[in-house]
Amino acid sequence: MRHIISILMENESGALSRVAGLFSARGYNIESLTVAPTEDPSLSRMTLVTRGNDEIIEQITKQLNKLIDVVKLIDLAESFHIERELLMVKVRTSPEMRDEIRSMADIFRGKIIDVTPTTYIIEMTGPSEKLDAFIAAIDPESIIEAVRSGPTGISRGELGLHL
Amino acid sequence: MELNGAQIVVQSLIDEGVEYIFGYPGGAVLHLYDAIFQQEELKHILVRHEQGATHAADGYARATGKPGVVLVTSGPGATNAVTGIATAYLDSIPLVVISGQVSLPVIGSDAFQEVDMVGITRPCVKHNFLVKDVTKLAETIKKAFYVATSGRPGPVVIDIPKDITAPNIKVPYSYPESVSIRSYNPVVSGHKDQIKKAVDLLLSAKRPIIYSGGGVVLGEASEQLIEFTRALGYPITNTLMGLGSYPATDNQYVGMLGMHGTYEANMAMHESDVIIAIGARFDDRVTGKLDLFCPHAKIIHIDIDPASISKTVRVAIPIVGDIKPVLEQMLSLIKESCIKTDADALAQWWKQISEWQTINCLDFDRTSPLIKPQYVIEQLHEVTKGDAYVTSDVGQHQMWAAQYYKFNKPRRWINSGGLGTMGFGLPAAIGVKLAFPEADVACVTGEASIQMCIQELSTALQYKTHVKIINLNNRYMGMVRQWQEFSYESRYSHSYMDTLPEFVKLAEAYGHVGLRIDKPEEVRPTLETAFAMKDRTVFIDIMTDRTENVYPMIEAGKGHHDMKLRVAIGTSTDRELA
Ligand SMILES: Cc1cc2nc3c(=O)[nH]c(=O)nc-3n(C[C@H](O)[C@H](O)[C@H](O)COP(=O)(O)OP(=O)(O)OC[C@H]3O[C@@H](n4cnc5c(N)ncnc54)[C@H](O)[C@@H]3O)c2cc1C
Ligand SMILES: Cc1ncc(C[n+]2csc(CCOP(=O)(O)OP(=O)(O)O)c2C)c(N)n1
Ligand SMILES: [Mg+2]
Repeated sequence: MRHIISILMENESGALSRVAGLFSARGYNIESLTVAPTEDPSLSRMTLVTRGNDEIIEQITKQLNKLIDVVKLIDLAESFHIERELLMVKVRTSPEMRDEIRSMADIFRGKIIDVTPTTYIIEMTGPSEKLDAFIAAIDPESIIEAVRSGPTGISRGELGLHL
Repeated sequence: MELNGAQIVVQSLIDEGVEYIFGYPGGAVLHLYDAIFQQEELKHILVRHEQGATHAADGYARATGKPGVVLVTSGPGATNAVTGIATAYLDSIPLVVISGQVSLPVIGSDAFQEVDMVGITRPCVKHNFLVKDVTKLAETIKKAFYVATSGRPGPVVIDIPKDITAPNIKVPYSYPESVSIRSYNPVVSGHKDQIKKAVDLLLSAKRPIIYSGGGVVLGEASEQLIEFTRALGYPITNTLMGLGSYPATDNQYVGMLGMHGTYEANMAMHESDVIIAIGARFDDRVTGKLDLFCPHAKIIHIDIDPASISKTVRVAIPIVGDIKPVLEQMLSLIKESCIKTDADALAQWWKQISEWQTINCLDFDRTSPLIKPQYVIEQLHEVTKGDAYVTSDVGQHQMWAAQYYKFNKPRRWINSGGLGTMGFGLPAAIGVKLAFPEADVACVTGEASIQMCIQELSTALQYKTHVKIINLNNRYMGMVRQWQEFSYESRYSHSYMDTLPEFVKLAEAYGHVGLRIDKPEEVRPTLETAFAMKDRTVFIDIMTDRTENVYPMIEAGKGHHDMKLRVAIGTSTDRELA
């Protein structure tokens, strides 16, 4: 099963490689990983998406917790949460195609954020599946480049990951 | 007080209570060595190879319970230390390893003797630090000792760039009394309800067994384990790392378990209905094939590291906590409980166990004209009155030492279990002897292993650490040969050395006493002579029966009930159980 693990860790150099190293050393897979400082500059938050059965996920969270730099973590899959990913996709446009691409972006609530005579860049956020669906809906030949942030998530309600 | 970085390191170690630092100099640590030169409190032990430094510090740590401290230079000094760091890591031994690093401004430029020590050691340390600010030095050292020694212990590396220790940069010094790390809070006391549940399950058991390991040694909980075991009257088995934490000569002790464990210990595990694992981590050498492991048992597991629990074997009742307080809590519950252990079932169970014991699985040929390695260890036990510190290398000799030296106290058996590092024994023995100069220290080794850190014989002379080296010389990498005999139709591929040094002369060249024997009747007197020479390091080269194998043995892919025994005896799985 797919799990999103959200980690609060010391904002120290090397912290990221400890997490990445743990995954490769122990043979866990990482589908995506995002990291950025938090409102408290001494902490950074990492969101990683991994897959595994319950036993593997249990080991992953235990091993992550064991890292000295990890302050706290939650497995978002265990509770109600909201998940978002950012996509920027650059498509080649011919004059005849421009309208179609624009309306497609509209349907998916994307925004065109850059225009040249031959290209558009479309920005879109949403759950990863929505981004998948959008990419599937446009002509693959037209895609010059698609950039995705990897999902990040937050739990709903009063619950939160903080010190 | 204003000190420079090098002085801060030395003063911090002194303030931490460090007695010995094991090291080897080089460019990146010259400032540090200069600071060491100018004081007398912190004693430096100059090894002959950085691997020796880590193993010696490790031996010191295992024997004393105090952290071992190491100092190596950058680059090759640092990489030479890695095997020793990994050895300590796999056995959860507290070490603080200080490595020199190139100066901060040139880090990342492939500078002379630069290697990313923090990167290289990341997978084999509990934690590591790169110090980038001299004002953080003392605090970092304090943190390193705190992390290394608390919770599940382990090695910690502090990588210190040369400019951080520069003599001309002085900053105010004070060594912190304590530190806290917000992201690191090891659990100590176990969950009350879990403990209660565990006690209820334990008391209801019909075929119980206590399986305890290195955690009891690390957690200084031997006394509690003995009291707990006696209160229950249950059989107890120890892992290789737990030997001595429960007295081997006690009636309730059924021997070591696992690949080379006793028949009775492994059979009891296999047939048990309730197992309590105490500071043991279900290593593959212990469990054998996981699908066949303890098919009838409900398992209780006490461990300070949550990640050790349900890692390879799912357990019914996990208890995360420090063994000592957890066992104390369990004991008082057992005493209060109105439920008593099932005396009838227990009597049946002991009857079954003593039947298994009649097989006498550790018996060996006592009439052979050749020296049997097992006999040497038995004699070693007698000559040292069972009270020596015994270090070992890796191989058959290690297993025989574990099987035949009946350890009755914790911290007496000092070996590399998890990594299985050949070369560990001699430097470790030096570390032990420094800690306990009056004690008998024996290094049980093999002719292959001893050559991996033989250079430390020179260290032994310099510091007068008069250990006794018991070289069980079978002219084979015996453990490898044994596997080749069993699994590769005796194709002894490279498990034999065509040339061996004359160990007696080698020992003499290093300034020690060398003795060589090849007859059983020489064993006892030679050991007596060696141990009587209190002020000499003695190397006893013992020509043993070269075809001897370690039994019992659970071969790869087999279960506990499926042991290879010296004499073919049918397994008792089909036997009627109590
Ligand atoms: C050639 C060879 C053959 C071997 N054959 C065998 C064999 O037949 N049988 C055998 O047993 N081993 C054997 N080993 C050793 C084996 O590889 C493992 O090292 C060993 O089994 C692990 O012992 P352990 O489970 O006690 O764990 P250790 O490695 O000692 O780990 C200790 C455990 O206790 C926990 N702990 C530490 N401190 C505390 C505390 N204060 N409170 C609570 N928990 C704590 C730790 O988190 C850890 O889980 C062999 C090794 C070699 C090299
Ligand atoms: C550094 C290292 N290299 C290789 C091995 C694999 N190995 C395990 S036991 C052994 C043979 C040891 O031979 P010896 O020291 O003579 O001991 P014996 O088994 O003969 O008692 C080898 C090569 C190891 N454990 N460590
Ligand atoms: Mg040998």
